[in-house]
Amino acid sequence: MSKAAEIDIASVSKVYGTTTAVHAISLKIPAGSYCCFLGPSGCGKTSTLRMIAGHESISSGDIRLGNVVVTDFPPAKRGTAMMFQSYALFPHLDLVDNVAFSLKMKGVEKDERRAKGLEMLTLMQMGAYAARRPTQLSGGQQQRVALARALITDPEALLLDEPLSALDPFLKIRMRAELKKLQKTLGITFVHVTHSQEEAMALADLVVIMNNGRIEQAAPPRTVFEKPATAFVARFMGDHNVLSGRVAAIDNDIVTLTAPEGQTFTVRDIAQEVGKPIDIGIRTDRVRLEPASERSLGFQGVVSNVEYRGASVKITVIGAGSDDFTVVVSDADYFRRPVSVGDAVSLSWALEDVIPLGRLSA
Amino acid sequence: MATIASTEPNETSGRARSGGLRLPPRSLVAYLQATPLLLILGFFFILPILTIIVVSFWDYDFAGLYPDFLAMNYADTLGSWVTWKTYLNTLKFTAITWALTLVIGFWVAYFLAFHIRTTTMQMVLFLVCTVPFLTSNIIRMISWIPVLGRNGLVNSTLVQLGIIPQPIEWLLYSDFAVVLAMVHLNTLFMVTPIFNTLIRIDRSLIEAARDCGATGWQVLWNVILPLAKPGMAIGSIFVVTLVMADFSTVQVMSGGQSASVALMMKNQMSLLQYPAAAANAVVLLIVVLLMVAAILSVVDIRKEL
Repeated sequence: MSKAAEIDIASVSKVYGTTTAVHAISLKIPAGSYCCFLGPSGCGKTSTLRMIAGHESISSGDIRLGNVVVTDFPPAKRGTAMMFQSYALFPHLDLVDNVAFSLKMKGVEKDERRAKGLEMLTLMQMGAYAARRPTQLSGGQQQRVALARALITDPEALLLDEPLSALDPFLKIRMRAELKKLQKTLGITFVHVTHSQEEAMALADLVVIMNNGRIEQAAPPRTVFEKPATAFVARFMGDHNVLSGRVAAIDNDIVTLTAPEGQTFTVRDIAQEVGKPIDIGIRTDRVRLEPASERSLGFQGVVSNVEYRGASVKITVIGAGSDDFTVVVSDADYFRRPVSVGDAVSLSWALEDVIPLGRLSA
Repeated sequence: MATIASTEPNETSGRARSGGLRLPPRSLVAYLQATPLLLILGFFFILPILTIIVVSFWDYDFAGLYPDFLAMNYADTLGSWVTWKTYLNTLKFTAITWALTLVIGFWVAYFLAFHIRTTTMQMVLFLVCTVPFLTSNIIRMISWIPVLGRNGLVNSTLVQLGIIPQPIEWLLYSDFAVVLAMVHLNTLFMVTPIFNTLIRIDRSLIEAARDCGATGWQVLWNVILPLAKPGMAIGSIFVVTLVMADFSTVQVMSGGQSASVALMMKNQMSLLQYPAAAANAVVLLIVVLLMVAAILSVVDIRKEL
């Protein structure tokens, strides 16, 4: 297959009338990596993907693929191929003709293009269904055909718009593994748009979290999980509690902040100013249900919900200006000292588990 | 599997319960619900057609009809060169009108479906297309006369502009006028079903085609046209059946110089030759049904219904 291309997005904006969907984002997607755009609906992730694909005009900025500026190129000239959310298979054509569609557009002879189409289908393990129409296939099968159609153009980058959202949960996980395997085999750049944190974490080499048309964080999954850059990322990824307050004191690199309800917390941070608003993140699985050794590493709250999850139990606590402070404890720990809704509990954590969260400057 | 197993007994018990309420069996209810339509179709559609078929075998003279079982009417109809010529003429009008309405109808529908961005505007423009239908067929037809006549709008404009030295004679009371009026009257029957299929084409299919490198014409030829086929077939059925059965347009617009099958039947009826007209009607019915069958065998319209 062809070599992979680096995708370079340079302060790209998308403006629809008076609303700005994407605010001058810049991002480098390394060649041959699996990149996931993640964010809530309306965050601009799909617009960004469609701008890379060429199905949406770029209001300002440039997109480079490899060494070529493709900003004004039509989709087929960019060396990208797109897989659509609903797969967009042609209902009036059989699978071979669907896959060989781009060859037909190039004017390849019928026998030659049907042979190539069948070859590609066989590669995607769909050769046995070659004579069928798309409507006669299951969701997972349709996805394979859509992949075959996208890959027959020999693209440098494959763009996937929520490829797994139409599948049932079990199939989702299976197709996820297949996508990852395919990307490894082909070695080309994959750009995958999703709203599922789990999907992004499982697949990506580079997770790009977007919100309100801006990139909140672009980093490998482990970094996103362990060091979320902003309060939005920490909340959206769901593994951190976010506490907000104002900086009260700075002692060396220990910052003390005061929450709206008066509690104080400490965090290891640099370059802060007294009086400025600050957010901190605390991993949900590092919070313990016991009184804190230090007053600023815990608080007292009231249990508002308990969810049993098998290996762990998720407890939601109200307190310290947060109404959904989440504690995830192992089932063994929970059943040793169970709590129920309405109980007052003491929570505590270690200083190492507190992360300072930044704010977007823009 | 467990959930399936648990829902099934529920469903059967539910059915048993409704049986306990002594409702009539489901199949009987369905027949009852279909009865009104069956009655209407029976009285106003099947019965008249049966009457026509029966009458087509009767004998007649200038004074009355005589119940009989004769093939005479069919022999007269099919054995006359006038019939064949008239059929040929009608088929000619049908073919030309069909081709023109198909092309015009497709482009109007294409414009409405793909070039008008908002649904509101689409609906407004579509309603504008239907405005002529607020007046009767005959009036719309007759209003062509002052436009096309010897001293009508077109001729006087062309003469005054000095483009032609004298009025064009074939604008009115000619085959041209017949086809023009037929196209005018029937294009909307083509626009509606084609528009209906076009707005249902998933826009991502067009993007997918573009992603595969298709040019605008290639998208049209390889994606839009094949997917618009059911609408084109339904529109064709409308136009073909309407034009095949037309007599007023041919009579008015040709000024009596051209004939159609339905016009021939009308003449037979005005001479009280009902059995002959009935035989003619049966032949026309068979011809039109064959044409519809031909259209349906080429295009699968089930997706649309």
